[in-house]
Amino acid sequence: MSTTAAPRLAAAAVETPFRRFCSQFAESKLALFGLAVFAVIAFIAVFAPWLAPQNPYDLAQLDIMDGRLEPGSVGGSGMTHWLGTDDQGRDMLSGIMYGLRISLLVGAGSAIIACAVGASLGMLAAYAGGRTDTLIMRLVDLQLSFPAILAALMILAFLGKGILNVVIALVVVEWAYYARTVRGSALVERRREYIEAAQCLALPTRRIIFRHLLPNVLPPLIVVGTMQVARAIALEATLSFLGLGVPITEPSLGLLIANGYEYMLSGKYWISFYPGIALLVTIVSINLVGDQLRDVLNPRLQK
Amino acid sequence: MANGHPTLELRNLRTHFFTRAGVVKAVDDVSFSVGRGKVLGLVGESGSGKSVTGFSIIGLIDPPGRITGGQILYQGQDLARLDEEGMRHLRGNRIAMIFQDPMMTLNPVLRIDTQMIETVLAHEKVSREEARQRARDALGQVGIASPDERLRAYPHQFSGGMRQRVAIAIALLHKPDLIIADEPTTALDVTIQGQILAEAQKLCSQFGTALIWITHDLSVVAGLADDIAVMYAGKVVEQGPVDQVLDAPLHPYTAGLIGSVPSRNHRGAALRQIPGMTPSLLNIDAGCAFRARCPRAEIRCAEPPPMAEYLPGRLARCIHPHEEAVAA
Amino acid sequence: MTLYLLRRCLQACGVMLAMSVLVFVGVFAIGDPVEILISPEADQIERERAVKALGLDLPLWRQYLVFLGNALQGDLGRSFVFNEPALQLILQRMPATLELAFGATIFALIVGLPLGLYAGLKPDSPLSKGIMAGSILGFSLPTFWVGLMLIMVFAVQLGWLPSTGRGETVDVLGMRWSFLTWDGLQHMAMPAFNLALFKISLVIRLTRAGVREAMLMDYVKFARAKGLSSNRVIFVHVFKNILIPVVTVVGLEFGGTIAFSVVTESVFAWPGMGKLIIDSINVLDRPVMVAYLMIIVLMFIVINLVVDLTYSFLDPRVRLEGKA
Repeated sequence: MSTTAAPRLAAAAVETPFRRFCSQFAESKLALFGLAVFAVIAFIAVFAPWLAPQNPYDLAQLDIMDGRLEPGSVGGSGMTHWLGTDDQGRDMLSGIMYGLRISLLVGAGSAIIACAVGASLGMLAAYAGGRTDTLIMRLVDLQLSFPAILAALMILAFLGKGILNVVIALVVVEWAYYARTVRGSALVERRREYIEAAQCLALPTRRIIFRHLLPNVLPPLIVVGTMQVARAIALEATLSFLGLGVPITEPSLGLLIANGYEYMLSGKYWISFYPGIALLVTIVSINLVGDQLRDVLNPRLQK
Repeated sequence: MANGHPTLELRNLRTHFFTRAGVVKAVDDVSFSVGRGKVLGLVGESGSGKSVTGFSIIGLIDPPGRITGGQILYQGQDLARLDEEGMRHLRGNRIAMIFQDPMMTLNPVLRIDTQMIETVLAHEKVSREEARQRARDALGQVGIASPDERLRAYPHQFSGGMRQRVAIAIALLHKPDLIIADEPTTALDVTIQGQILAEAQKLCSQFGTALIWITHDLSVVAGLADDIAVMYAGKVVEQGPVDQVLDAPLHPYTAGLIGSVPSRNHRGAALRQIPGMTPSLLNIDAGCAFRARCPRAEIRCAEPPPMAEYLPGRLARCIHPHEEAVAA
Repeated sequence: MTLYLLRRCLQACGVMLAMSVLVFVGVFAIGDPVEILISPEADQIERERAVKALGLDLPLWRQYLVFLGNALQGDLGRSFVFNEPALQLILQRMPATLELAFGATIFALIVGLPLGLYAGLKPDSPLSKGIMAGSILGFSLPTFWVGLMLIMVFAVQLGWLPSTGRGETVDVLGMRWSFLTWDGLQHMAMPAFNLALFKISLVIRLTRAGVREAMLMDYVKFARAKGLSSNRVIFVHVFKNILIPVVTVVGLEFGGTIAFSVVTESVFAWPGMGKLIIDSINVLDRPVMVAYLMIIVLMFIVINLVVDLTYSFLDPRVRLEGKA
């Protein structure tokens, strides 16, 4: 007979924020593809020792007579080198798999450390306010206005080569992004009323931080973090290519590409080409994921 | 009336927005007409569909919205069926629009003269000098002194009231037959508002321009308009000559609106309001949209009420309008 | 306006001073200036002479004054390898790097602006989606690898362009420029494009975001309500508004481009500042490194200043603050 006069509540299935996030993320087929590709790459990197047909750094297994073979050719030991060999006779495919390990290790590792450092400083700045805040933000501005490659070069020039030094350089270059992002979110959240309410309730500060602040600081941090990992991997590759990064004993993809530089002009493209493809695919897949994350987690687009 | 038709006549206009959340029936069966030199006050709260009506007339409804039904007869020609190029020729030329926020209506990085001259040149092949002269004249018409200096200025150098005058001047450049003003004084001070209203009235009577004044402010309408159309939830719920409607409203919503104007209140008495909230346009009641808030709602209101002419020239979309008005 | 300029110049000087202190502290106080600035090949007598000249036997603050004095006179040390003043080495190579950086910027604008405009106006078209996907590629691709591939395809396989090095140069204003010769342009094409890749993506994304935002603005609706043709609305109203942020970012990025040219110059053996610094780092020619740092900071400051001025010139809201 009569329908209710009051407006009906939108009947929705119980939708947790996480579920909504997943379904929104999945809207981009490209991002899903990127995620899948990256999962494969991460898998290869982690399990390289078991997956690679050859351990390229076991000198005993190498035969220099196998050097510079074309992709698809068969080496002296009867092994098919699907992606060819480099000048030392190392199997490119294996080299790439091991190289992925180093690249990902350095890239992700530096990003995590930079995140820890940057986020802490950002939180500190937001909470301490005043001079501490100004000082930290000035440092951030200084760091951000200086081109990353130059800063890294200078640091490595003075520290010397090596994986640890590369990580240090990357951390110095990256921390500022995290600090700025976290400080921004923390400032906004800090002023929100529920923090005041929680403080009125005399909740312990730690609980305020973990239960209330973190869930709101996390989304932009995740976006920045993802893009930063890609940047770090690219930067490390560039530094290694220039000869200022990882040592020859543990080559990353960048160093592999550098190794092939001199053979480019004589047409032996595969020594540089395939590691580059691997690097490219890694970075692009991370960026695809990061792009969609940014669109999904952007509060302004959450209409 | 040019060639026997009113300047503008809307017949059963429907403009719907097809969003992901559902279909928003922003304008749902709206009809009214405006004669030459007449002023129609289109009144309603936010979300009533009045602005969308204005945009529909001038053809600036962007996807996901579109006009889904009805006719927009400009001097007998149906604009809803006109192609984009045809509409472009009319816009700014025969039908002009003035927007609400003068801050953002004028492009901040272009000079005033650029923005005025381009309007002239968009519809007429005259020299730049001639166009500039027209712009100068138009500024003078709206009461802006030292127009040459003003022409070379940028919008941010003007006050809000001045900017709106410039917008009106631009609207008048081609002496249009119809001007749609979408809440043009809402963002301005009351004193400036009065001046702008007076200007508008003068210009309409002077040039015979029809004017649709969209607003939520009844007091503005009272002084300015000849006729009034009250909109609620996408439909016109009452229309008629402004004095009659405001003195003796038919529709309970109109009565509520008039009653809730603070100046009409007796000191000390509680301010009167219409209970409830404007409905979301996604979930409009199947019957009378005002039902949930109406003190006179009854069972029959579950059926959508038709627009009925209770008195000559006075229509209301209600099955039991205020009897005093009808009786009077 | 002039007050603003003056204030900015003073600020710039302040930053330069601060930077000089930082470098000084890094080299003289923390590092071992003897090791850094005096060639390892020098024998005892030369070393002592150098110590005296650099004032290394003076108290620290006096050393700083010596350092500052030298710097202001253009003496930023002497290269170990070339045995020439470091500043001179860098300045000699600056035109090459500037050419490359400008070429890359121009490339980025010519390619990026139209593509970004299209992607912003028709965001759902397949071409737009392609452009956006391409832009992700643009800033994901490792520049040095793309450079290698460009060489491989265009120089080795197709033979259309020379693979490395700089082309013929022409002397203008006492400096050697190669973009004025056809051969020079041929040599510049690939490195400039390589360097531009990242910026092209940046410009595309910026332009697209700007266009999408601008199209929603009231002034666009008003412009359409005036009956202006859509061409005019887009190319005058929208374009002028988005030009400002795009130019600002591109300008600010110019410094980054110069810095990043170290990579492109290494790949293409382009004899610019970047290649010099990489070579210097590899042989530990520290005076050159120190000089490079100072020069780069100076360039950054100048670029920032120029961009600031350009921005206030382009945006009438800023330019006319304080006037009528």
